[in-house]
Amino acid sequence: MAQMTMIQAITDALRCELKNDENVLVFGEDVGVNGGVFRATEGLQQEFGESRVFDTPLAESGIGGLAVGLALTGYRPVPEIQFFGFVFEVMDSISGQLARMRYRSGGVYSAPVTIRSPFGGGVHTPEMHSDSLEGLMAQSPGLKVVIPSTPYDAKGLLISSIRDNDPVIFLEHLKLYRSIKEEVPEESYTIPIGKADVKREGSDLSIFAYGLMVHESLRAAEELEKEGYSVEVVDLRTVQPLDIETIIASVEKTNRAIVVQEAQKQAGIAANVVAEITERAILSLEAPVLRVTAPDTVYPFPQAENVWLPNYKDILETAKKVLTF
Amino acid sequence: MGEKLSNQYNPAALLNEIEDKFQMFQILNEKGEIVNEEYDPKLSDEELIELMSRMVYTRILDQRSISLNRQGRLGFYAPTAGQEASQLASHFALEKADWILPGYRDVPQIVWHGLPLWQAFLFSRGHFVGNQAPEGVNVLAPQIIIGAQYVQTAGVALGLQKRGAKNVAITYTGDGGSSQGDFYEGINFAGAFKSPAIFIVQNNQYAISTPRDLQTAAKTIAQKGISAGIPCIQVDGMDALAVYVATRDARERAVNGEGPTLIETVCYRYGPHTMSGDDPTRYRTSDIDNEWAAKDPIVRFRNYLEGKGLWSEEKETEVIERAKEEIKEAIKKADETPKQKVTDLISNMYEELPVNLQEQYSIFKEKESR
Repeated sequence: MAQMTMIQAITDALRCELKNDENVLVFGEDVGVNGGVFRATEGLQQEFGESRVFDTPLAESGIGGLAVGLALTGYRPVPEIQFFGFVFEVMDSISGQLARMRYRSGGVYSAPVTIRSPFGGGVHTPEMHSDSLEGLMAQSPGLKVVIPSTPYDAKGLLISSIRDNDPVIFLEHLKLYRSIKEEVPEESYTIPIGKADVKREGSDLSIFAYGLMVHESLRAAEELEKEGYSVEVVDLRTVQPLDIETIIASVEKTNRAIVVQEAQKQAGIAANVVAEITERAILSLEAPVLRVTAPDTVYPFPQAENVWLPNYKDILETAKKVLTF
Repeated sequence: MGEKLSNQYNPAALLNEIEDKFQMFQILNEKGEIVNEEYDPKLSDEELIELMSRMVYTRILDQRSISLNRQGRLGFYAPTAGQEASQLASHFALEKADWILPGYRDVPQIVWHGLPLWQAFLFSRGHFVGNQAPEGVNVLAPQIIIGAQYVQTAGVALGLQKRGAKNVAITYTGDGGSSQGDFYEGINFAGAFKSPAIFIVQNNQYAISTPRDLQTAAKTIAQKGISAGIPCIQVDGMDALAVYVATRDARERAVNGEGPTLIETVCYRYGPHTMSGDDPTRYRTSDIDNEWAAKDPIVRFRNYLEGKGLWSEEKETEVIERAKEEIKEAIKKADETPKQKVTDLISNMYEELPVNLQEQYSIFKEKESR
């Protein structure tokens, strides 16, 4: 076991899979010699050669098209979109093409493609770098959308994503790249896609979150414990498909729930979670299920990030409303 | 001060100079005479007859498809008459293991590459079985998003290159498609990787109703290849021999590691954009139609073959009758295909159904059993 940051765990997962399967190809803008702008692919080109790990021209739609075509010829592409805010440039290749490959061909072709991309706020990027756009992806049938919150989960989930025979969007929160270190096994291991993880057990309230908000939720849970509340924090880890079983089991245990997302409130993952709870466990509820989200604006200019992004204080406030309802 | 270069500051003159060099390549003129002996591919008699047969067959397929569409027996259909040389002579230069990434008008090429006709009819009707390419037939379903097939072709070509295959990926779009960002990204990626791709623009003069001259200031679409640093050529798309030679040579360069080629085939679609309500009289005159009809690819090739004693009315009738018979059989087979169910569609979404779809599958399975 070694202490790893999330970015190291991601590099390690890529290395494991490049070794494990010669059809795995890693490519994108600046992923070769430069090792990626966040060093996610550090050293991989030197280790596996320019045929397996390579730079592309600067065009996201082209990168998406490359992934489609390479998948058709039997490869297992792992392209990087340098920042997920650039996804609008490659929406057709993702939602219009990759996501539909199996369906359109009546099962003859598939798209075992994992698109990795950094996203998430709090690191003062220019516009279009930090937006939480997982909701757009979750609305595209044919995709799976994975968002890890810890280095350990990142490695196991990335390996599962690469081995998956359907396209996976793997989103890496920028603020989590280097802020946490934990023990991560050096050998290969997988964590199933579509399985949430109870990061903290509790009996009075369930908090459902993913990405950076898992950590804000854990902090809020600790504060609430001081006030005598036992709070469960469930890390969704996969936002499409949702782990309905774990979500409902938690609500049936605690009878109260809030859902936290960094994205704006409108039409997002949190709304999906609330809908599933309402459809399946309304009789278990002692209070309305509330959401903690950013407001329905475009992602803010960097100087306003700290007042725009949801944090543990917002979570505390909403949690108390639900706990005292 | 260094020595002054002749073109140091005259970008307009440089553009003119380059554009003037793009002359449409032709081998067979409108009367069916060889006008460019040097480039005559010297196809064997059998090959010439086969290519002619395919063009005649495809013209009949087009006529029958239009009529079946009008009877409500076919669905989405984009007419092909006028583009037979552009479509079939380019396909004629391919090998069996080559990949085709078609646009929605390019059904003939994938049929001649091995997609059974009854499946092509199912594609038209909107049945997923129509998109199930048989084993060893390397074709994709016709692309609906204009230009998407161009970036994917760069990917397939890169895959073939990495596998060391001596094969190419060929794709087709129209004059309108050449305005898309994906058009440029596709040719640029394949150029940067020197991948074995052939990019064809079938310039049939109209993108639905928008004329070619509104698409771009460029004098030719072919010259756009220069911006990606790849070989590019404009050919007479009504001349089967010119299209064949340009594609054959592009293929040879590609498999020899010399990278992709962009080919503009100058042609015309006689029919509407699709059978879904387009009325070409709103944007074209009969004078224009007649001007192009005089360049017809089949008439021209027929004259050429008759001059060589290789074609006759009987031969043509034979092909027409065969086409009609096979079309009838294919429609019958398409009719016999079981209707698709929602559970079929759900099953094709993922290798293993995620929990949301498992649940929805059971709901529809139950509905379907009622």
